[in-house]
Amino acid sequence: MSYFAGIDVGSLTADAVLIDETSNIISYAILPTGHDSQKAGTMAFRTALEQAGALEVDVAGVVSTGYSRGRVEEAGNSKTEISCHARGAFYYFPEVGTIIDIGGQDSKAIRVRPDGRVLDFAMNDKCAAGTGRFLEVMAGALNAPLEMMGKLALESTVEITISSTCTVFTESEVVSLISQGRKPPDIASAICRAIANRTSGLATRVGVADTVVMTGGVAKNRAVVKMLSEKLGHIIMVPEEPQIIGALGAAIIAREGGS
Amino acid sequence: MTEFQAASKMRELMTEYYIEAKTTKEKPIAWVTSGAPVEFLYTMDVLPIYPENHSAMCGAAHKSLELIEAAEAVGFSPDICSYARTDFGADMTKGGPIQGLPAPDMLLCSTNICKTVIKWYEVVARNYNVPLFIVDTPFMHDGLTRDLIDYTTTQFKNLEEFLTGFTGRSFDLDRFEEVLKFSLEAANYWKKILQLGKTKPSPFNSQDTFIHLAPIVTLRGTQKCADYYKILYEEIRDLAAKKVGSIPKEKYRTLWDNLPIWFKLRRLAEFFEDKKCALVVATYTNSWGGLGDDYDPKNPYEGLAKAYLSVYINSGFEHRINYLASLIDEYSLTGFILHSDRSCKPYSIGMYRMQEEVTRLTGKPGVIIEGDMCDPRVYSDAQTETRLEAFIESMEDSE
Ligand SMILES: Nc1ncnc2c1ncn2[C@@H]1O[C@H](COP(=O)(O)OP(=O)(O)OP(=O)(O)O)[C@@H](O)[C@H]1O
Ligand code: SF4
Ligand SMILES: [Mg+2]
Repeated sequence: MSYFAGIDVGSLTADAVLIDETSNIISYAILPTGHDSQKAGTMAFRTALEQAGALEVDVAGVVSTGYSRGRVEEAGNSKTEISCHARGAFYYFPEVGTIIDIGGQDSKAIRVRPDGRVLDFAMNDKCAAGTGRFLEVMAGALNAPLEMMGKLALESTVEITISSTCTVFTESEVVSLISQGRKPPDIASAICRAIANRTSGLATRVGVADTVVMTGGVAKNRAVVKMLSEKLGHIIMVPEEPQIIGALGAAIIAREGGS
Repeated sequence: MTEFQAASKMRELMTEYYIEAKTTKEKPIAWVTSGAPVEFLYTMDVLPIYPENHSAMCGAAHKSLELIEAAEAVGFSPDICSYARTDFGADMTKGGPIQGLPAPDMLLCSTNICKTVIKWYEVVARNYNVPLFIVDTPFMHDGLTRDLIDYTTTQFKNLEEFLTGFTGRSFDLDRFEEVLKFSLEAANYWKKILQLGKTKPSPFNSQDTFIHLAPIVTLRGTQKCADYYKILYEEIRDLAAKKVGSIPKEKYRTLWDNLPIWFKLRRLAEFFEDKKCALVVATYTNSWGGLGDDYDPKNPYEGLAKAYLSVYINSGFEHRINYLASLIDEYSLTGFILHSDRSCKPYSIGMYRMQEEVTRLTGKPGVIIEGDMCDPRVYSDAQTETRLEAFIESMEDSE
């Protein structure tokens, strides 16, 4: 039995997915990228291998993706996140037309063809506002665990708007909202809505197809997904583990022969 | 990047040009914008000097940032065009590869490229206390109209009078005709060179033409400029005939819109070569090829007015979209790259819509990257290269 692996070393997490010859997911790992991205990729790969009880020699092909795709030694080839998220989302939802991936530093909207290949894409501008990192900073300012931001936001009863799109300014805006006695769920909700609003612009730029899939770590935030869905007037599908979709796509590309 | 044999000739020309500029005792010096009608200056033996070209040179030499910071330190906003900031900084500190430009005796500014230049040249006029002549070329929202042509032609006559007063000499029409002849000759060779990009594989990369643009910007109207482009044309024509490509394996053929990112020219050239992607046409370099299109020997003023009004960034949105689509067709391109240049607003405005429209008209994918021609602080290698690589993958997917 031979395996194929995809390694996605993003700005925040390094993910690895191991699949078999018929593209069944065997194992996966999600680790923080940290400051040594090369090592992070290797560690994610090894962790996935360990979980599967497999050895590196059992792996017939490796494709890397993500910001540090060029620094993954184990990989025979690399592809951008855009192609990999498209392929990964297509695996779960073959009818997918539009994919929205919000990671730590980038948000992307991808329009795919019926065969899952990329037709068009749009990415956030240079500023990281509206990405996962923005959420992390705001969670910090609110003193709430990142994983709870979505849940917290859904408990909101009073709508407030955050006016700035800049991460630094928004952080001080959040601090002043707290000191004004605003409730954390309302603030969390405003933060999530700011992300949803920014991202909807990207999605409409490439076109919102019948089936919209959201991938990347921020898809785990249920409030962002719900608000984005409301804003687009469209249901959004989220795979079971959205954070590994880039790595999964890379593994599938590896299985298909690397390109 | 392609090293043409003619390149050494160009370096010689440019060195001579800047040495003359720095040492001349007899010729008055005029600082001019890139789209100014310099034919009038050469006719009157006034030596034109281009702060924009100089700023580009500082950018390519990785010297622009320190100059930009010097300008910002005295209060110029980071939102101002980085060519202007580089120029202000170079002037204040005498920094950069040639320690600043020689002081101007007069200024000639034409608004066909943008309105920033008005304020920029007003600052210079104040600093040096020299006369400033502004040619006001209205924006062509709906193409070239009689009113626009007449309005601009009248100003050329005024410019002539201004120069007569400034130099104390009369305007020699025979000399003017000769200057025009050289100017057109150079522009026509340049145009022929750029059209060789239609050859598959392309004998040059737009990155090369960004560099070889220097003489037509600065020396347009002189014999040596015309001669230079003849040599360059012949060299590239022979390469095209022999099917020698600028990159070893040309697979994708793309267009570049907007100014180059001078401080990344080399890195991007290597990036594109590695990805088998040739940049075969650029709207920026094309701007200097159209000067001959409207020339009319019986009516040189009007011909010049039409030419200087018709530059790409002085034209309306519809026209730009159709122009891009036609280039994609004529050059058999597989996609297009739009550089959203933080400095150059008139060039970058409306790009998202433009991308959509051009794709709709041609079916070819496009990508927008964010950058700047001289300010490295607003550019990120990893971000830009991810976008470009994804764009190249999408061209691969659409095969
Ligand atoms: N359990 C969770 N609940 C909510 N949000 C989460 C959770 N885990 C991660 N995130 C969000 O996901 C983001 C990281 O996403 P992801 O791992 O896809 O990024 P990345 O691929 O490293 O980044 P990029 O693609 O921009 O380089 C974090 O910034 C965080 O906001
Ligand atoms: S704003 Fe654009 S057109 Fe105007 S000087 Fe700067 S780069 Fe040139
Ligand atoms: Mg990612």
